[in-house]
Amino acid sequence: MRRVVITGIGMVSPLGSSAEISWQRILEGKSGARRIEGFETEDLQTKIACQVPLGDGTDGTFNPDDFMLPKEQRKVDDFIIYAVAAADQAIADSGWNPETEEEQNRSGTLIGSGIGGLQGIAETAIMMEEKGPRRVSPFFIPGRLINLASGYVSIKHKLKGPNHSVVTACSTGAHAIGDAARLIALDDADVMVAGGTESTICRLGIAGFNACKALSTGYNDEPEKGSRPYDKDRDGFVMGDGSGVVVLEEYEHAVARGAKIYAEVVGYGLSGDAYHITAPASDGDGGYRCMKAALKRAGISLGDVDYVNAHGTSTPLGDEIELGAVERLAGDDAGSLTMSSTKSATGHLLGAAGAVEAIFTALAIRDQIAPPTINLENPSVETEIDLVPNKAKKMEINYALSNSFGFGGTNASLVLKKVES
Amino acid sequence: MSNVAEQVKKIVVEHLGVEADKVVESASFIDDLGADSLDTVELVMAFEEAFGVEIPDDAAETIQSVGDAVKFIESKQG
Repeated sequence: MRRVVITGIGMVSPLGSSAEISWQRILEGKSGARRIEGFETEDLQTKIACQVPLGDGTDGTFNPDDFMLPKEQRKVDDFIIYAVAAADQAIADSGWNPETEEEQNRSGTLIGSGIGGLQGIAETAIMMEEKGPRRVSPFFIPGRLINLASGYVSIKHKLKGPNHSVVTACSTGAHAIGDAARLIALDDADVMVAGGTESTICRLGIAGFNACKALSTGYNDEPEKGSRPYDKDRDGFVMGDGSGVVVLEEYEHAVARGAKIYAEVVGYGLSGDAYHITAPASDGDGGYRCMKAALKRAGISLGDVDYVNAHGTSTPLGDEIELGAVERLAGDDAGSLTMSSTKSATGHLLGAAGAVEAIFTALAIRDQIAPPTINLENPSVETEIDLVPNKAKKMEINYALSNSFGFGGTNASLVLKKVES
Repeated sequence: MSNVAEQVKKIVVEHLGVEADKVVESASFIDDLGADSLDTVELVMAFEEAFGVEIPDDAAETIQSVGDAVKFIESKQG
């Protein structure tokens, strides 16, 4: 199998309009959670979220006009705009501009989303009830389809290789990167633009996740405290919007053109809980097997891993189940393990989470620093694992693992490795 | 320019994101103003909404330019 490395990163997150800005704010312990702006929350249980900070593009705000013409923005849901922006950044960062037919044919896209254009579907359904079916726009369908994130990015950058997408709820971003890496490893492509994107912060999205009892409801008056993985006072996740996209590249291809390399994707594991539609299996078996599969692919054990970027969403059930699975897999090595949840800062970006977190994991390797789990004041259980409470930790990181688990009992783990230059 | 023409022009500028001075009567939506087939469907819908007229599919197919649209709408309103 061919080796695959990350040579470009791009991001739109609740913490800012780029990967570097978001990463700096994470290391500073900042939270992206605020009171929801843009729609009525009076009758919703949850009134907080981690929304992308819109603005004129300065001071880390996101200006969609920097990436897409206003007339194009009108046709699509935000998840597509975020993906186009993150992909633009990642491709520019990688320096890869496929110009020849052959280069374009060997470069593909694989960007997924958990839910897709929920807001547009809700708005259009209401409009159709009021005005009738003849008022439904021809852009309604293509602007809501999940794989149109890949579609738009491929058209903009002339990527004519594999054009694919993933829909696995909160594991989407990790599956997208893992699957894309396999396409390169198996010689279906040399370069893949891969990641996840999401924009579900709308009335229907909040109401739907509230009905599942998944969201935090007790921190409406102090939003930045709402996402608190492993803390005993956690009460659900805080929803986030945004996108993370990476450029994956075959190792020799990257070296030949002198590309900078963030990390190598050395492991990818997948598993299913086969247990419940929303709750994780109580013994953490799905997560355990998924990490084990990724480590097997990497040819290492969890004891070799320095840093774990946890799924850790801040739900009462999930955090401890994941922690238990990691402890079980680490065995006697648990004491030397460092694991944090960057969702404490970004909230839960659902289908984008795995991609955003793979990027943070790659940056942790680049900068040799573990990002903190903020709001961790009183851990709900004792553990030997260092959960990096509230303050980033400088440390040696050669191998790092990132977990993503989703509704439907779908699990994915990625293992990244430092590449010596 | 008639009232209808003014309004048609405004809708075209808004939907296609083109410069107002390019939206002349003879301008073809697809050949001159960069629209694709989906854009033209949406344009026709916007005309229906703005002018309160119904433009059947077979008529919509004959509306290829700014002038075509103005003429059709004026005939319906007259």
